[in-house]
Amino acid sequence: MSDVSANAVGFVRTETVPQSAPPSNAAGPAKWVKDNLFAGVGNSILTILAFIAIYLILAKIMPWILNGVWDAPTLSACREVLDGATGGCFAVISERWNQLLFGFKYPSDLYWRPALAFAMLFLAAAPVLFFDLPRKLLVFTGLYPFIAFWLIWGGPVYYPIMALVGFVVAFKVFERLEKQNFALALGAGVLGAAIVWYLGTMIGPDDAARKAGSLFAAGLEPVPSRDLGGFMLNMMLGVTCVSLSLPLGIALALGRQSSMPFIKYICVIFIEFIRGVPLITLLFVASVMLSYFFPPGTGVDLFIRVVIMITLFSAAYIAEVIRGGLAALPKGQYEAADSLGLNYAQATRLIILPQALKISIPGIVNIAVGLFKDTTLVSVISMFDIVGMIRGPILASTDWNGVYWELFSFAAVLFFVVCYGISQYSQWLERRLATDHR
Amino acid sequence: MAEQAKMQVSDEVAISIQNMNKWYGTFHVLRDIDLTVQRGERIVICGPSGSGKSTLIRCINALEEHQKGSIEVDGTLLSSDLKNIDKIRSEVGMCFQHFNLFPHLSILENLTLAPIWVRKTPKKEAEELAMHYLEKVKIPDQANKYPGQLSGGQQQRVAIARSLCMQPRIMLFDEPTSALDPEMIKEVLDTMIELAEEGMTMLCDTHEMGFARQVANRVIFMDEGQIVEQNEPEEFFNNPQSPRTQLFLSQILGH
Repeated sequence: MSDVSANAVGFVRTETVPQSAPPSNAAGPAKWVKDNLFAGVGNSILTILAFIAIYLILAKIMPWILNGVWDAPTLSACREVLDGATGGCFAVISERWNQLLFGFKYPSDLYWRPALAFAMLFLAAAPVLFFDLPRKLLVFTGLYPFIAFWLIWGGPVYYPIMALVGFVVAFKVFERLEKQNFALALGAGVLGAAIVWYLGTMIGPDDAARKAGSLFAAGLEPVPSRDLGGFMLNMMLGVTCVSLSLPLGIALALGRQSSMPFIKYICVIFIEFIRGVPLITLLFVASVMLSYFFPPGTGVDLFIRVVIMITLFSAAYIAEVIRGGLAALPKGQYEAADSLGLNYAQATRLIILPQALKISIPGIVNIAVGLFKDTTLVSVISMFDIVGMIRGPILASTDWNGVYWELFSFAAVLFFVVCYGISQYSQWLERRLATDHR
Repeated sequence: MAEQAKMQVSDEVAISIQNMNKWYGTFHVLRDIDLTVQRGERIVICGPSGSGKSTLIRCINALEEHQKGSIEVDGTLLSSDLKNIDKIRSEVGMCFQHFNLFPHLSILENLTLAPIWVRKTPKKEAEELAMHYLEKVKIPDQANKYPGQLSGGQQQRVAIARSLCMQPRIMLFDEPTSALDPEMIKEVLDTMIELAEEGMTMLCDTHEMGFARQVANRVIFMDEGQIVEQNEPEEFFNNPQSPRTQLFLSQILGH
């Protein structure tokens, strides 16, 4: 380096200082402990207090878990085994696991059917969640709702196939007419599906055909909706409602931004109304009053009524989260899309939504997790989901009256696993989609 | 070079604006604008901020709506008919002050998006076209990066290439270098000069007076929503007529 004396004003660097490693006292585990745990007197005291608190909590909980009894027919038998020592009566879980998972009425020889549907859920969700997978796997995702319906509810295979045909007809009609007029195509598609379903139900296999065992009525042993229960019911409600409310929420958010006042105010009123009402009242409406809105005699299933209500409820929230994402996009993105000649549908699908949804991921996941946990509210309208099972048939039985901690901890663990999974997935998704390099 | 370029101007009318007026609410932003642009002409619009030059450019491809008068682009009258608007937009390229690249798409995807979806070009062909224009703006090696990884000057060149991929007959530039560091302004201006030499019809709203001298065949000075003065660059810079123009030029050329 050139010589720089105090009174020399001019300076010219003639060589570059090479990069070098930081000094050794700036890294290593000992430094980490000193910096983060014992940085000063106050910090050290807090660290020690925290360790004591953790010890006290674990000292209570660990014996309860480790000394737990997993094999006993009743609570009193379990208490005899424990003989006054601390320990959980987890025997209730090993005794009643089937009721906790599937409800108390689902035929036990048919447990494989919902279990299979659950396993297939991962296969169906994979191409949606991990979009690097081959797109052809989406065919299975499209078929999955019909397969899962048939596996869980059983009945003639005719019905899910007819439902699928209805959707295919609707899509084909829509595709054909879309170029002419979007609204016309949508209406014609819905009409097409309605006709298929109406005719399909008319000529469907009746009880006589079922009894005669004709091939037309071939299928699985049917299970009515009221026999569904346990954690299976929470999963079914959670998965169905999340996957339905996301598209509905997007539509509502876009509708709220629409320049057509009629559409705009329908969306605004819907969102504001639903957000102003507690979910529990909507569920009571579903269980008691919603049947007034359907044609007499149709007797729409309680499960479907509950799905409709939870979906509408969370769609309104998701719509507001996505509106936040849309508002965060710079106006320049709309202008750039416009200036290239993209029409509204193209600009929305290719430019606006991918960015707005990415911004909205944390909010959407927040609502999805909340929705999943809110499915336990159906226990108050006498559906036997996992909480309904615990509070109803299990705690009411003389064998297990009084085992609260073990049962509710089990339910908490199940919910935690799913919710933590969703949260981890969303964090992965945010990292995967981070292309802005800010 | 400038002389040679000026000879390419044809008699064909590219843009014809007649008695055009625009209001923001009750604020009269553009007043009685009359402007005819010949095919191959390169026009630089200058003026103080708030003079309406940016709004004028944005009216030409209907990013802003005008309330009175007419704008005709390539013989298509700009009206509220969406089909006409889309037709004009696909023939008119536009570059923005803040580039407005799509941050969630790679550079190549930014370039191929409009050809694939608007022009229905097959993907492979669109990619070849995109690489051709990326080479033209001298950054083919950045094709698979994302906009956030590029410098400002590179982003603006990508934005120019993105517009060119639609093979427009007219290019609009809305302060293309105002958000750039001095070192990057040159690379963008070089790209624009190259375009001008090829005979592209260009309207450019800019503060780069050197660029105006070198490239423009007409310089327009706007103030308070009106065209105050227009002339050939030599005359405009050396012998401005209106006192408002003289003041403006003395302020921006004075240092």
